[in-house]
Amino acid sequence: MGRFLAGRLAATLPVMGVVAVIVFLLLRLAPGDPAAILAGDAASPEQIAAIRARLGLDQPILTQFLSWLGRLLQGDLGSSIISNQPVAKLILERIEPTLALATTTIVFAVLVAVPLGVLAAWWHGTWVDRAVMAVSVLGFSVPVFVLGYLLIFGFAMQLRLLPVQGYVSITEGLWPFLSRLILPTLTLSVIYIALIARTTRSSVLEVLGEDYIRTARAKGIGETQVLWRHALRNAAVPVISVIGLGIALLISGVVVTESVFNLPGLGRLTVDSVLARDYPVIQGVILLFSALYVVINLAIDLSYLLFDPRIRY
Amino acid sequence: MSAENRTMPSPVTSPLASRLATLPPALRHPGVLFGLAVLLIVGLAALAAPFLWTGDPILLRPRLRLKPPSSVAWLGTDAFGRDVWTRVVYGARVSLAIGFSVAASAVLIGLFIGLVAGYLRRLDAVVMRIMDGIMAIPSILLAIAMVTLSGAGIGTVIVAIAIPEIPRVARLVRSVVLSVRSEPYVEAAIGAGTRLPMLLIRHVLPNTIAPLIVQGTYVCASAILTEAILSFLGAGIPTEIPSWGNIMAEGRQSFQIAPWVILFPGLCVAATVLAVNVIGDGLRDALDPRTARRVGALR
Amino acid sequence: MSQPVLSITGLTVPLPYGADRANAIEGLSLSVGANEIVCVVGESGSGKSVTASAVMGLLPPALKPSAGEILLQGEDILKVAPARLRALRGSRMAMVFQEPMTALNPVLKVGEQIAEMLEAHAGRSGREARRSRVLDLLGDVHLPDPPSLAKAYPHQLSGGQRQRVMIAMALANDPALIIADEPTTALDVTTQAQILKLLKELQARRNAGILFITHDFGVVSQIADRVVVMQRGRLVEEGRADEVLTRPRDPYTRMLIAAVPSAEPPPARPRQQAAAPILAVRDLTKTYGGRGLFGGGRAVTALDGVSLALQPGETLGIVGESGSGKSTLARCVARFVDPSAGHIRIGGDDIALLPPRELRPYRRRVQMVFQDPYRSLNPRRKVGQSIIEGPMNYGLSKEAALARAARLLDLVNLEKGALDRYPHEFSGGQRQRIAIARALAMEPDVLIADEAVSALDVSVQRQVLELLEDIRERLNLSILFITHDLRVAARLCDRLVVMLGGRIVEEGPTAALFANPRHAYTQALFAAAPKLRLAAS
Repeated sequence: MGRFLAGRLAATLPVMGVVAVIVFLLLRLAPGDPAAILAGDAASPEQIAAIRARLGLDQPILTQFLSWLGRLLQGDLGSSIISNQPVAKLILERIEPTLALATTTIVFAVLVAVPLGVLAAWWHGTWVDRAVMAVSVLGFSVPVFVLGYLLIFGFAMQLRLLPVQGYVSITEGLWPFLSRLILPTLTLSVIYIALIARTTRSSVLEVLGEDYIRTARAKGIGETQVLWRHALRNAAVPVISVIGLGIALLISGVVVTESVFNLPGLGRLTVDSVLARDYPVIQGVILLFSALYVVINLAIDLSYLLFDPRIRY
Repeated sequence: MSAENRTMPSPVTSPLASRLATLPPALRHPGVLFGLAVLLIVGLAALAAPFLWTGDPILLRPRLRLKPPSSVAWLGTDAFGRDVWTRVVYGARVSLAIGFSVAASAVLIGLFIGLVAGYLRRLDAVVMRIMDGIMAIPSILLAIAMVTLSGAGIGTVIVAIAIPEIPRVARLVRSVVLSVRSEPYVEAAIGAGTRLPMLLIRHVLPNTIAPLIVQGTYVCASAILTEAILSFLGAGIPTEIPSWGNIMAEGRQSFQIAPWVILFPGLCVAATVLAVNVIGDGLRDALDPRTARRVGALR
Repeated sequence: MSQPVLSITGLTVPLPYGADRANAIEGLSLSVGANEIVCVVGESGSGKSVTASAVMGLLPPALKPSAGEILLQGEDILKVAPARLRALRGSRMAMVFQEPMTALNPVLKVGEQIAEMLEAHAGRSGREARRSRVLDLLGDVHLPDPPSLAKAYPHQLSGGQRQRVMIAMALANDPALIIADEPTTALDVTTQAQILKLLKELQARRNAGILFITHDFGVVSQIADRVVVMQRGRLVEEGRADEVLTRPRDPYTRMLIAAVPSAEPPPARPRQQAAAPILAVRDLTKTYGGRGLFGGGRAVTALDGVSLALQPGETLGIVGESGSGKSTLARCVARFVDPSAGHIRIGGDDIALLPPRELRPYRRRVQMVFQDPYRSLNPRRKVGQSIIEGPMNYGLSKEAALARAARLLDLVNLEKGALDRYPHEFSGGQRQRIAIARALAMEPDVLIADEAVSALDVSVQRQVLELLEDIRERLNLSILFITHDLRVAARLCDRLVVMLGGRIVEEGPTAALFANPRHAYTQALFAAAPKLRLAAS
């Protein structure tokens, strides 16, 4: 168990290192003059030179990397080109709506998708199965923002059931908070539900074909118990692992969903920075999300210990 | 029981089927037929765009701003008075071109990296850590960063979308290579003195083709979606070239009064991506179930 | 004799359309009395396992019995309601499966899985009562330390221990009928002997009837009261075990029994002593692992200082159970695995530690025939392409290589037309012949057969063994023959090496070793090997 922990932890370090190097090199290896692109078309040579100096692009690349990495390790993500504020501060200000949306989405998606997947596997080959699979392939195909606009159009504009856009903190009451999160959560969770339901289905189907399921049936126990006691726990690991891998999908979706629903979170921050060509902020958000992805997947790897007694390195 | 009935030869490993890349049984799949039909229609429309009662896709007509669908403008007009039908038909060119070129480049590069990682053990750890690193960066954000730094343009967008897809392909190929290289027939070939390039071409590569075709369709679907998202966020195709993504991006401000500007390109994206996904699923069903699962886990 | 526990009459199970024959089982009738062990014997595809599943009501949905009845203590399994069938399963009939490695749920403790059997069928309520019953059962199957074993997970047990757990589970509710589907096939021979003994002992004590499915007449002769022989879904012969074994009436049964290699080595082949061995292995060692990121990691020694010599024209048998290192040895000699230390001399050159690049000239001189005939030929390449690949790598022209391939196919008794066909058009035995031809096409100094006949049915196994006997005489082949089966080794090998835990514990001429095994492990191995107890065959 200790070995397993140490091994997993050690495996995440190189991944984080690679992420840092890629993010660093992005700016340096970009074709053309990134400083000129960031400065915009109307910029004077002085402005471009100022940006170049700010980003440290005028120094040798190794010096740049070491000083950048040193600051990074102290938690310094640099500061915005536009507002001059530290990136870390900008991120902290915007993190609450994003966390709220991500949490509601994960909870909702798992609660919907896992039962759907199990049902599809259980009724394999019937209309239930085909319906779940059809909905899931549809979920993979509709762009997140189109779905968002459809929901706004239907629920907020036509039926007037829910607020169109915006965000209210939970400190101002549960319903105002939740009511503004319902549509974004629905929007964002569709693709996630499709992913998890599919994986659950195939994982449960695979387990149902295992020898020990035949053994369980030979014991004369009921089919529901075969499913609950013998199949689900064995099917859990691939499902949990795809929940973790799906975080990447979720993060991409957050950026779009926040734009559609005007939620002042990290996604909006990113999009605003893209429009303003504020690269340090984009870079900070990428680093944060990548680290989050790695940490969540580490936690998920560790959670296998709860589900499978065989994992013990 | 002995090996006699433990390993029934599956239809896919039969040489005839593999030679035709498993297409004949797969073609009979209703989903694949449907998908191919939709794709064919969209593809033909894109090719024949100037002849499909279209006008000038970038002609600004301030007097015809935000007109709802009518007999003059079938799908209405956008905030600059441009004809949405015309722009959607021309946009199909961009979306399909991006879908196919991203799929082709990601599959080819991923295939190469996967073969290298799977066969040259010394490079494996390093290459796969780099792949893990790329996978850890949310793909949209990576693409956004690249487009922001290099300026908008079709080429940049293709590269920006393809790079995050490469690790998935590479991992798939690597896992196929790792399982194939322990097959006795590969060992027999090593024992027969077959050199590495020949070994890969004759004995390893053919096993990767079927799963790669499936993975390629998924990459294509995902690329079309990602282009739409990037353009929608303002980090994609420049507005002079109509693409489904940037038509919708320009419809954002006026969404509440002119939903058609987003709705119709949105439907086109959804239908095309659905068609490609359904083809992928159909081909996957026609494949050996074990390979299929490997593809599924990575999508 | 009272009413039989199980009585099958006229059972027919059709196969789905497109199978190689109409019915998996056709008009099968058999019965199992209380306190009786009935063996159903047959080769693969005989329908014996379908029979077992049909009795348990566990046939896959594609297979539905179309005629006949299966009476369990007078109750027709094919007609009872699903709920009743469930109630019967596990209480009045129970099953022990072939693969102990996969038949137990990996995430539940052994004790829980046995207790579940008790829970599922009324009569033994109360957690405490169940607990003590589980411990009793684990004791009954002679598992050590039942209290701690009940808390173990399946992966912590050996194959034999898991099979004992399966048996304990089957016995939990004192069933009238136990169905054992090849319960010892996946086990080593010494473990197999123990499990057979256990089954016999428990059956005698509990008055249960056992329907025992097997492909091995050696096992039959050790355990059966009565025998049912099946071929392609039909019963071909039935009778008391000693009668069927000594006086088989049906030609198929006779062929099957004759095909079982006897444990008596044939008279030694006359051979002149050669001056130098063609293959000499000295102090060969292979260690796995031990070089983790943190320098720790458990190192496993698969080979521990093995030395042996193979004379030209000799067949040297390497016998051992799973984990003995015999396959690692073969793979080191063929250099599919890099040895950690030691020497492998082939005609004077030491290839043990050569880097891959310099190895190529030597590859030709050692060729291997693999265990699984279904995976040893590339399914996408024609048989001819597979055979000529090697010779052409070493510079032979395509015409010459094809001519050689045609000659070799003739040698292994296959038509020349096979060159242009694909592997999937051939049976397992034919594929193994092709694999032998492919190896011989390289004109190797040493042929390694790694369990090359283990996956084959006995009748096919016999043909391949005869082929090997024939061609080694004709070509004066030197063979390293790896096997777990002493009977096969006895038939083919001039000399034997017995391996245990990565070491050689005993070696000698086959006849001498059989007559007088000295090492305790060799003696145990000999005692456990299922022998046909026949007057003469």
